[in-house]
Amino acid sequence: MKKYNKIPQVRILVYPGKDIRLFQYLFLFLIILITSALFAQKKSDMVLIPSGFYEPLFKSDTDQKIKIEKFYLDTYPVTNEEFLEFVKENPQWSRSKVKKIFADESYLRKWKSDFELGENVNPKAPVTNVSWFAAKAYAEWKGKRLPTVAEWEYVISSEKNVKKISEWYSKLSPDKIPSVGSTEKNPFGVYDMYGLIWEWTYDFNTSLVTGESRGDGELERNMFCGSGSSQSKNVDDYPAFMRFGYRSSLKANYTTHNLGFRCAKDYN
Amino acid sequence: MVKAMNKMFKGNKKIRLLVISSFVIIVSSVFILLSPGCEESYSSQVVGVERAKLTSAPYVPPPITRKHPTKVIVDLETTEVVKRLADGVEYVFWTFGGDVPGKFIRVREGDEIEFNLHNHPSSKMPHNIDLHAVTGPGGGATSSFTAPGHTSTFSFKAINPGLYVYHCATAPVGLHIANGMYGLILVEPKEGLPPVDREYYIMQSEFYTEGAYGDPGLQPFSQENAVEENPTYVVFNGSVGSLTGDKSLVAKTGERIRLYIGNGGPNLISSFHVIGEIFDKVYGEGGTIVNQTNVQTTLIPAGGSAIVEFSVEVPGTYILVDHSIFRAFNKGAIGMMKVSGDEDLVIYSGKQKEEIYLGSNENQNTDIFSGPITIEQTPETSSDPVHKEETKMDMKAFGKSVYQTTCQACHQANGEGMPNVFPPLAKSDFLNKDKERAIDAVVHGLQGEITVNGKKYNGVMPPQNLNNKQIAAVLTYVYSQWGNSGKTVTEEEVEKVRAKKNLSLK
Repeated sequence: MKKYNKIPQVRILVYPGKDIRLFQYLFLFLIILITSALFAQKKSDMVLIPSGFYEPLFKSDTDQKIKIEKFYLDTYPVTNEEFLEFVKENPQWSRSKVKKIFADESYLRKWKSDFELGENVNPKAPVTNVSWFAAKAYAEWKGKRLPTVAEWEYVISSEKNVKKISEWYSKLSPDKIPSVGSTEKNPFGVYDMYGLIWEWTYDFNTSLVTGESRGDGELERNMFCGSGSSQSKNVDDYPAFMRFGYRSSLKANYTTHNLGFRCAKDYN
Repeated sequence: MVKAMNKMFKGNKKIRLLVISSFVIIVSSVFILLSPGCEESYSSQVVGVERAKLTSAPYVPPPITRKHPTKVIVDLETTEVVKRLADGVEYVFWTFGGDVPGKFIRVREGDEIEFNLHNHPSSKMPHNIDLHAVTGPGGGATSSFTAPGHTSTFSFKAINPGLYVYHCATAPVGLHIANGMYGLILVEPKEGLPPVDREYYIMQSEFYTEGAYGDPGLQPFSQENAVEENPTYVVFNGSVGSLTGDKSLVAKTGERIRLYIGNGGPNLISSFHVIGEIFDKVYGEGGTIVNQTNVQTTLIPAGGSAIVEFSVEVPGTYILVDHSIFRAFNKGAIGMMKVSGDEDLVIYSGKQKEEIYLGSNENQNTDIFSGPITIEQTPETSSDPVHKEETKMDMKAFGKSVYQTTCQACHQANGEGMPNVFPPLAKSDFLNKDKERAIDAVVHGLQGEITVNGKKYNGVMPPQNLNNKQIAAVLTYVYSQWGNSGKTVTEEEVEKVRAKKNLSLK
């Protein structure tokens, strides 16, 4: 009975008169406009990377170029403020709660506390001192995933000026990492693939091993001395060697001051 | 033998007994001395734990006096730092312990080393260490691969004595070595090395920069030059001038010197030589046998070493060079050892006599600069005297850095040169009398006999590979120093001289 009584009231509120009904249509139209604009905004956070082929730095037995299906990649690395949002909603990933097998002692060490960046941390700078586990959890929370090594390398290989990339690798890391978007735009339209930080990839530890085993003795995972070069497609691509060397030195719970990440998403 | 002795001493039984018994004693004592039992004074039992003392070049940790092996803990930190490569030139060095070359490690044969490699949290790169003293895959490289902000530990037994290079072996390995990641580890033989009065640590290496030699500022690594094996700098102990001036090695006459010399490469082989000395002993390639005595120049391969010993008899300055000599003259491979003490005129007299030599052709002009040379003095005019003074100050600062990298090795920091060899620039009548002639000497070189402040010199100064700006600056600097005339040299004046032919060939 009460329900019945309420319905006419509501009707009166929504359709009080012809003029106001027109206003209501306009309002609805506005909402649609705003949401579509928001969706567009959402899309420009990621760039659709066209499909193509990536030639691995290290040749395997199959020795084929890898087909990269088109996929979305974050335009910028994940920032401190974005990651803070994630930590607030998922306190198991806060500095004091995180399990040591998922992140080592220097996890988020530049932050002031569990849920505060502090004055010394630039909220727009890429988040660093994050482990692979944490990066993966963030990506899943966003409904995304981490890019594979092949995808990541495919995107950076669109930059043909290797020397430009080298320049960053031969500079010291600054104490304060600049904001995202402060480096050049990649030909695919993403920023900061080099010049700010190193980035986690989904399969970072498989660059030189075939299976899951980290101690695979047959292949030189560590690429010491010249051994890394013997199977390389391009011995002059020093930045690529540095990236593969860097990735090989990591374990999934490691965190360092200039290692961050960005997310990817399947096209479908 | 005993029979023969019996015959010899038939007459006297007592003497015979004495001789035989003493013979037996001598033989048995010789046997005891030669037998492996002799080594028992050196135990092979690993006893105790100690932390290795590490030193920065040119210093070497003290000799090891232990008679037994021990467990040695080595802590070495990899850091990436901006430091001086030459005056006015900086470089991002990747280091073992903050300096190039890395810390000197000294252990004893049979020691068991626990090696902790710490990669500083601020490092951009992962690093590892391949010690040539290690027997095992990668020389430790696989076990010491360390991400920034982490530590790796591995252990090895120093089985083979000798002087070994260590280096980072992370891909791309050439880059990690080219940026300064190398050093020396000495595994002393269990019986030790013969005592000497002084020991020093010297390591040669090359740097490959985008800019030319002496180009100021922070210079990035040039991959192209490294692959071409065309270094911009060849230096001892990580920078131009690290072993000259105040930083020269020192010794006293009568002392025995031992140098531990490494070559980090990454590419070149060193022809290591000390001007005015002869190596009494060379432990070739850093091994444990003195395989040659009386050596003038010893080859040191990239990724290899040598130990040389010599005694210094005559006081003075001894120049250490890579005798692939353009590296010394033009790329920085110069060091110095200053020896103090009393003269020994029998071993070296100094210059005893100086007189005219006309040669077979009496018409030859012995004073090459006596001919009529007219010089146009460029009028020094400027509408803005203040600005002009500022410019001169900048020029001097720049000129000083050019002087230190290019001229100082011969003409010395105080401009006084070296008696009878390199003429002085300080209060030099030759210099102050004629500006164009001074420019010409730098641009085209100078050869033949000249008289400076009443003393004759007959040497060769090669043309200097400097641009007009560098020459103008360095001469302006020289003219402003040491009681000289204070003239200014401009780039235009240098260009004018460069366009002309060498005055000394006229």
